[in-house]
Parts: sequence; C-alpha cells; structure tokens
Amino acid sequence: MFLLEKRPEASRLWTWGTPVLAVVATMIAGGLLFALMGKDPFLAIRAIFWDPLFGPNASYFRPQLLVKAGPLILIAMGLSFGFRAGIWNIGAEGQYVIGALCGAAVALAAYPAENLLIFPAMILAGALGGFLWGMIPAFLRIRFGTNEILVSLMLVYVAENVLSYMAHGPLKNPQGYGFPGSRNLQQYPSAHNAEVIAGTGLHWGVLAALAAVVVGHVLLNRHIFGFQIRVAGQAPRAARFAGVNPDRLVAICLGGSGALAGLAGIFEVSGPGGQITDAFNVGYGFTAIIVAFLGRLEPLGILLAGLLMALTYIGGETAQLVVGLPAAAIQAFQGMLLFFLLAFDLLTHYRIRRRRIPA
Amino acid sequence: MTLGGIDIVMLIASMMVAATPILLAATGEMVAEKAGVLNLGVEGMMIMGAIGGFGAAVLTGSPVIGFLAAAAAGVVMALLFAVLTLKLLSNQVATGLALTLFGLGLSALLGQGLQGIKPPPTARLPLGPLADLPVLGPIVFGHDWVVYLSLALVVAVRWYLARTRGGLVLRAVGENPDAAHALGYPVVRVRVLALAFGGALAGLGGAYLSLVRVPQWTEGMTAGAGWIALAIVVFASWRAERVLLGAYLFGGITVLQLRLQAAGVAIPVQILSMAPYLITILVLVVMSARGGRARLQAPAALGRPFVAVR
Amino acid sequence: MTDLLRIEGISKSYPGVKANDDVSFTIGQGRIHALLGENGAGKSTLVKMIYGLVRPDSGRMVMHGAPYQPADPRAARAQGVAMVFQHFSLFDALTVAENVALGMDNPPPLRDLARRIREVSEGYGLPLDPGRVVGDLSAGERQRIEILRCLLQDPKLLIMDEPTSVLTPQEVTILFGTLRQLAAEGTSILYISHKLEEIRSLCDEATILRHGKVVGSCNPRDTSARAMAEMMVGASLRAPARTATEPGPVALEVRNLSLPATHPFGTPLRAISLAVRQGEVLGIGGVAGNGQDELMLALSGEVRSAAETVRVLGQPVGDQDPNSRRRAGMVTAPEERLGHAAVPEMSLTENAVLSGTVRKRLARRGFIDWRAAEDWAAEIIATFDVRTRGTGTPAAALSGGNLQKFVLGREIMQSPAVIVVNQPTWGVDASAAAYIRQALLDRAAAGAAVVVISQDIDEILEIADTFAALNEGRLSAPRPVAGLTLEQIGLMLGGAHGMHQAEPEALHAAVPAASLPESPHVPS
Repeated sequence: MFLLEKRPEASRLWTWGTPVLAVVATMIAGGLLFALMGKDPFLAIRAIFWDPLFGPNASYFRPQLLVKAGPLILIAMGLSFGFRAGIWNIGAEGQYVIGALCGAAVALAAYPAENLLIFPAMILAGALGGFLWGMIPAFLRIRFGTNEILVSLMLVYVAENVLSYMAHGPLKNPQGYGFPGSRNLQQYPSAHNAEVIAGTGLHWGVLAALAAVVVGHVLLNRHIFGFQIRVAGQAPRAARFAGVNPDRLVAICLGGSGALAGLAGIFEVSGPGGQITDAFNVGYGFTAIIVAFLGRLEPLGILLAGLLMALTYIGGETAQLVVGLPAAAIQAFQGMLLFFLLAFDLLTHYRIRRRRIPA
Repeated sequence: MTLGGIDIVMLIASMMVAATPILLAATGEMVAEKAGVLNLGVEGMMIMGAIGGFGAAVLTGSPVIGFLAAAAAGVVMALLFAVLTLKLLSNQVATGLALTLFGLGLSALLGQGLQGIKPPPTARLPLGPLADLPVLGPIVFGHDWVVYLSLALVVAVRWYLARTRGGLVLRAVGENPDAAHALGYPVVRVRVLALAFGGALAGLGGAYLSLVRVPQWTEGMTAGAGWIALAIVVFASWRAERVLLGAYLFGGITVLQLRLQAAGVAIPVQILSMAPYLITILVLVVMSARGGRARLQAPAALGRPFVAVR
Repeated sequence: MTDLLRIEGISKSYPGVKANDDVSFTIGQGRIHALLGENGAGKSTLVKMIYGLVRPDSGRMVMHGAPYQPADPRAARAQGVAMVFQHFSLFDALTVAENVALGMDNPPPLRDLARRIREVSEGYGLPLDPGRVVGDLSAGERQRIEILRCLLQDPKLLIMDEPTSVLTPQEVTILFGTLRQLAAEGTSILYISHKLEEIRSLCDEATILRHGKVVGSCNPRDTSARAMAEMMVGASLRAPARTATEPGPVALEVRNLSLPATHPFGTPLRAISLAVRQGEVLGIGGVAGNGQDELMLALSGEVRSAAETVRVLGQPVGDQDPNSRRRAGMVTAPEERLGHAAVPEMSLTENAVLSGTVRKRLARRGFIDWRAAEDWAAEIIATFDVRTRGTGTPAAALSGGNLQKFVLGREIMQSPAVIVVNQPTWGVDASAAAYIRQALLDRAAAGAAVVVISQDIDEILEIADTFAALNEGRLSAPRPVAGLTLEQIGLMLGGAHGMHQAEPEALHAAVPAASLPESPHVPS
C-alpha cells in the first residue's frame, strides 16, 4: 500500500523533472500506440523528434520550428497568467481567429495602398480584436458571474462561423474566381509579415513571442501584478485580503490573453498563413493550453514547451512522409503528453511513501 | 400543421432526435457533478463514444453492440479522468481539458478509413399502428429505442437522487466530502462510480450522433455538443427534469436553424449555425444573473479536490 | 463500576510528529470522562482512532473485555460508538432528516425518521424541525442534529469533541443537562475539551494529555482548575499585564453599517455601529456564524460599503479597498490563517509582502523590493519570536501558534492606529496565546484602537475594556467589561437559540468561576 504525503513546499526537482518524465512517457506510450497501428515505433518517434532538426530535409523544417512555436508561445504566455489565477480562458482559438480577421480587414480595406503605417495598424487591430473577444467572457463573469470556461469555449464556435462567413462574404477576394478566401497578404508588401532574417522562420510574431516571454518573466517575478496573480491562484481569499480586486484580475487576464491570441492571429494571417480561409485556424489556441501547462505556467518553461510542441507539429508532418502516420496521430500524441504531465505532477506536491503495516 | 413552410410535427419529432445526444451527456455529467466532480472532458468522452460506437457497429453490423461499445469507451475515458483527478489529485479543470484534447485526437486517429461509411440503421421501436397516429404518432411513438432510453434515464436519475439511499450519499459526497468521509462513506469510490456513469452516458450520446443523427463518422463531429451538455447542467441547476427541458430546448433551436437553412431563409448560413452557441451563452448568462438561488443548487464541493487523512 | 472501553498503550505517528505516545486509560460505563489537553496535544487523533477514522500504529483497545479495532466509522457505530465532531460533519444543502439519515447505518424511511427525530428531540429537550435545510440553522441547532444523530442509534459511548465552543452559556447548560440524563441512562461519554470549569462541573474523571502523552489523571470535581491547567500546559501561566491608559479620541468609527449576506448561508449585517478610542480594546463576542466573518470583511475592505459607514481617524474609508484602509491607518488579521491571512505555499517573505506593501513601502512603481521584504520578514520573526528555519519557509510549515505570531506581528509592526483581529488565539497553544494577547495590549497601550472579535468569552473578558455581542448580524450596545456577569453576557449573545427555557440558576451551576480573575485561563 502506498501513501501520499503532502510536501510542505513544492519540490523544485520535480517541478522541472515532471515535464521531462512526461515527454519520455509519451514517447513510450505513443510508440506503443503506433506499434498497435502497425507502424514501426522507433522510426515514427525518430521522425517526430529527430528528423525535423537533424534529418535529411532539416533545412526545410528548421525554420518551420519558429513559425509554429511563435503563435503557440504567444498564446500560451497570455493563458498562463489566467491559469495561475484560476481564470480559465479556453477560447484562445476564437480570439486568435477574430484577431486575424480584424487585422486582415484593416489590410484589405487599405489595399492596394502602400504605406508603412498599414502593418502597425493591422497589428493593433488584431490585438484589439482578440482583446474584445476575450473581454466578452470577462464582462459576463464580472457582471453576471457567468462561467468563463463555457462562454469562452462557445465563442470559439461563434468565431469559426464568423471566419467562414467572412471568407465567403465580405473579405472574399474579388479576383478569386469565386473561390472562398481573401486576397493573399503575402503578395501585399505593406501588409506582409515577412521574415526578419530570411530563411530562419523568424517573423515579427516570433519576436513578439520572445518579448512576451521576457516581459512575462519580469512581471511574474518582480512586479506586484505577478505577485497578485500567484496569490490569487493559490489562495483567493488571501488575494482579496492583500487588496487584489478580483474583477479587475479577471478583466486583465481574459482581455490580456485575448489580445495576445489576437496578435498571434494577425501575425499568422499576414505571414505564414497569408489569407483568410475556412481552414485558417489549425488549433493553436487549444495546443497552447498544453504548452502553458507543459511549461509549468513559467515564461521560460513556456518558451521551451512551445518549441517542443512545434517540433511535434513538424514531426507529425515528417512522420506522415516517412512512416505514413496519419495527421490525427499527432493530436492524440499531444493530448497524451498533457495527461502524463498532469499525472506525474503528483510528484511535485506529494511524496509517495510505503505504508507501514501496523504491528 | 405547418408554419412558415416548416412542419411543426416533424420539427418536434426531429427536435427530440437532435436533443438526445446532449440529453444523454448532460444527464450523465449532472450525476458526476452532483458527486462533486467537474468533468470538463464530456466532449472528449462523447467523441470517443461516437467513434467507438461507430466502429463497433460497422464491424459487427449491430447498432446495439455499437452503443454498448460506445458506453464502454466513455467509461474508459471517465476512469482515466477519475484516476488522474481522484487518485493522482490533478487539477480537475486541466484534466478535463486534457481529456477533451486527447479524445479529439485519438478519435481522429481511430477513425482513419471509417469516413464515408454508412452504419447499420438503428431500429425504431415496433410500436405498430401507434406510430401512424396523426401528430402523436411521430412525436410520441415514432422513435428509436435510444430516445426512449434517454427519457427513462432522466426519470431514473431523478428518482435515484431524490429517493434512494445511494442518491442521498452521492449528494452528500458532492456537498461536503470531508463530512461524508468522517461519517465513513467511501468518497472516492462514490465519485469514481458517478464519473463512470457520466462517461457511459456521454459515450452513448456520442454514438447517437454517429449512428443515428448524422449518421456517419467525421472528425470532430461532436462540434461542441459536450460543452453544450455542460452548459445545460448549469442551466438546469443540477435538476434532472430541467436537464430534459434544457436539452429539448437546445435541440429545438438546432433543428429550427437547420430547417431555416434548408428553407433558404435570407440569413447567412454561418449566422444560423452559430445561433445554438450564442443561445447557450445567453442561457448561461440568464441563469447566472439570477444569482444566489440558482447557485444554491450547485453542489458545494464541485471541482474541489478531496484528500482523506488516514 | 464496569469498564466500557480500555485504551492500552496506543501510539500514532505522523511524519515529524508523534501524535499519540503510549496512551492508556479506561472509560467506565455510564461515566462522563474528560480528555483534557491543549491544541495539538493529540486529543483529536486519539478519538479518531476510537471512531475508526485513523488506525493506531501500535497498542490496542478493549471494549467490554473483547478486542476493539474498528476498520471504519461504520464498524465503530456498529459497536455502539457515536461521535459529535468539533467541526460539524453536516451537509448544508440537505435537510435535518437527510443529515440524520446519513449518520445512521440502517435509517428508516424518511417519513418515519422525521417522526422519530421529533420524538427523541423533544424527549431530550433539543427541539428540531426535521424538514429544515441545515444551512439555515444556528450553530447550536446544528449541534443538536449531530447529537440527535448519535442518540437515535442508542450509543454505548458518545464522543464529544469540543462541543461548547459554538454555544452560548445558556445553550451549554441545556447540553449539560442532556449529557447528564444520558449518563444516568447508562451511556458513557468521552468529553474532549480544554475548558477547565466545564470539565469540573460535568465530568466524573479526567485524563490529561500533553504532547501526545498521558501526563496525569484526576477527579475534576476535587482538583483545582489551576492544578489541571498546569498539568495540561506543563508550566505555570502568567496572566497578561496591562498598564492603565487614558483612552484618547475615537480612532475607528462604524456607523449604521448594513450589508447583505455574501453567500447563500451567510449572515447579513444589520445596522452595526461602534466607536473605539485610541488605547481602548473592544471585544466583540458571539457564537460562530452570527456575522463575525462578514463584519471582519467589511472592516478590512474586502467587502465595501458606503464611504461614511467606516471612518478611520475621522477619514471615511467605507468604500475603500484594503490597501487604502491600510494607508489610512487600519490593519486587520482575519481568523483563517492558512488561505486568508497567509498563503500556505508561499514563503514568509512573500507572506510579509501580502499586507505590507503600503505601510512598509515594499514596492516601488509596482516593482517589489524583495530584499527589503526579506529584511522585514526577518524583523517580524525576530521581534515576535516566530520559531522557524528562516524567511524562506512556507507558511504551511509553521505551527498554528508560530504562524499566528507571524501574522499578528506583520500587522502590529506596521504601527497601525487601528487593528482589528478575528479569533486571534484560535487553535494556538497556551504560551503563544498569552504572547499574542500581550502584544495586542501593548499595541493598545501605545495608542492604537484594538478590536478583538472572538468566540472565546474568557479571552474577551481578559483583555477587553468594553464588550459588545454579535447576534444574527446585529451588534449590541457596547458595555464596560468591568462588572459584567456571565449571565448578562449570555443574554447579550442571544440566550439559547430556538429554545424556550434557560434557567439562570442552572447556568451558574454549569460554569461558575470562568469569569473570576484568579482562575487561570487556558486559551482555545
């Protein structure tokens, strides 16, 4: 018989040990799953974790790492603050879509004018769009006490329908031969979020993500706001005692994470994505939840987790080529990772002892 | 009986069909929440039920086996959640999300090659001439057995929670697990069983989507139904009869917007498709705005972890 | 006298603590046996073992000559052991009858049960309506449910864990009457308390625990309270000393403060008015659940009201948040240490920042000066004699007494003009409690207005200048403590809630000397 014993303080070793353990366990369990599907597990794991970085086509895949990690880190940074405080924005996918739509709308309204201010205006509009979309659940929770988990999630489906409507209607490319989808912003220089250093995948969104990590780190560890967030998450009553206004915290966390998700959206649509289509969103908003947890809600951890998650995305593609692994496999793989992480988290807060048999 | 080109009788009959998946899932989730566990993984359990039930039905040619397999898939998912949250004490919100993300991924993986197949049809109950009655026939007697099962389950759950010893203990565990433990009730076991029941019903609900309502398999076909089921539990203030009301209301809206789409009303399809989600939000707001009284119904220990001292 | 239960050499350890160490004693049939000890002496662990909630590491129990080792409470109940918990094991949203049914192993149908509840409750003078929702009941009525739950099973041994801490003196009288009736009918009672006078008036014998060990046993009827207190604490106690100071001008004024209940089973505040002068200590007594928490939140600023309802040094702050009130000169220390006054998993340095940023200037332009914070935390630890490894220790790792010293130290060392504390010595050992009371008195002597909200009447009588009672969200008019009798206090607290008879003579018999100054006082 085993006994759980709460540690007086979270174990530092296991705080960082569990993500590593979770990744290893996921590799093993994923390998088993792939083996069951009749794929060579070693080949598949190698294709996911090794080939994109060091395989024969690595030069194509490596820039993709930053392209995929950028939005994941940006969104996860926003989510992490709310998650710490017990404010659950799980609708980042919707805020991402609305951000992209708002930013793209600004660009398409300005088309074909060329002006240096267009790109900043797009970025601003994207952040604002995501912010406002995130403020809907915030407002409803503050004003009526409505559960933000369900509202933010419902708004994802609403946003997807708005996206589809826009792609088929107002934002449709007039020169697109009737196909749904907007003009490609990559072909509109003033609106194009081009790579800052060609061939690296490093576009403005990636820089924004890095900035978010740095700012987040400082806020969390040095600033009273980060302190309040941590208190609110661990002991909500103590937070009120310390003078934290819970409503304001809800607004900041939901609005702020919405703004960051919106930024991720506009950087994506003006860069790697290029155009508004039905299939614009690929689930970054949901994967970012995994990234946030895998990174222990710590900015530096999120940076690493974002890169790792990006790797599994790209690895999923290489695995498709190399061993014919279906695209869906990688989503299952990511879900599994979160499971293992949550399970192993026990080690951070509890000590496991063998129960002595009473004499 | 038609109204604006829409046949009211058919609308009500199809509303019942549209509502059944959510009714099943919400009834199950309500039981789990009454025991104090918030399982946000309903969507994941439903979609696993959808693919599990679909696969089993196609493989065996028997929809009944399909539904049984779906319930089993839901239970397995729920037990996964139970082990993580009740034994390993992980965060219930995060674990529920993980369950959903995992379920969506795994179902897509398992569903490779099942797309475009038609499942064996689920039989209507042979109620003979009753089904041919005007108006009442299609509404009351014209359904498959799962619809009747879902209604029976609502009645059974209501009776169980209000009238039986087991139901009382379940409510006590959701209300104050520490007190229940102090009185010697097995808090964790009660919660595991409640979760498993919720999982089984979510699985059935998912299978009803893939085997009856659609009926075929597509990736992510639950499209938020699990989340709506969660919302309906809130709407219902954790009361079985109101879960029924909420699910049918929601089914009605879904069917109505589909009919309007088909009737070619001059509203963009996307606006109509988002209506169910918007109305869900609206309902949540109305319920929460009523404040104290509605919240009183919520199990006091909902979502809070429980650790027994031995 | 026949033995009902023999405890033989029971030991139980938790990591780092030996909760029970070779404990032995015997409970006779039909006897009222007191188990006496300070907080943390191991009383609760011991009774949990008797009730089957915890298993002993070694030793054995014998009931009626046969080995007794209950695997769970169900087994204990089957053998005739029943228990009334210190923190009620009740379910707020369920009815009285449902709550009773949950405490029974084979309850009759609810309708029959409701009838039996009426019969038995009337028979023991504990009236209860089986259809009421428990959350709406007073603490005294809630306790009646627990007792009733036990009585309906005809227990051979009834365990009562600190039953009087939530009762008014009148309600205590009624309870003691019931217990004596039960003992006369042959039921044994294990009565756990640290209130000496109660034990002297009620119990036939007493076993005294200290640090998990039996340190003595006595007949409480002919042992003095002082002798028992010294056995319990292991040292003689010094009553807090106070210097008489002339009260200054009013520092805290509350005028007509009314607030709705914050949660479904909460208490609304109804037109509360009070004024506390510099150097004065106001004690606010009351049975738990009569608005103490709500009043505390309204004073701290966690719940806000109209600006003029609360004034600090003449400045209206009723609509201000906690930090603005701290800036105005008022600090507070809530009852619940872990989770409200302190964050369990955070270090003492971080917990010092929790309420100290304003008056100690620990943040500049929003950025926390962690070095200054750590220095201040170290200063609190040194000044208030907090026993801990250092400023990096998480709050949860401190004992109740040490954490409370830290919390009080944190507030007092901000040199406030007004300090409001709720249950300052709840769950704190005797020496820490004495220390804390002295610190509050010293702060008053230094010119602060002090408000002590407490359910411990003895504590209030010891340190307060004026006394006011909270009852169902209303505050009585304050009266000077000097000359106040226990009976008057009891009536101010609301008498016996939901009862008709309360006999003053019986009251004096039950708790005769608690208010006498020479009686050594042991904190709750």
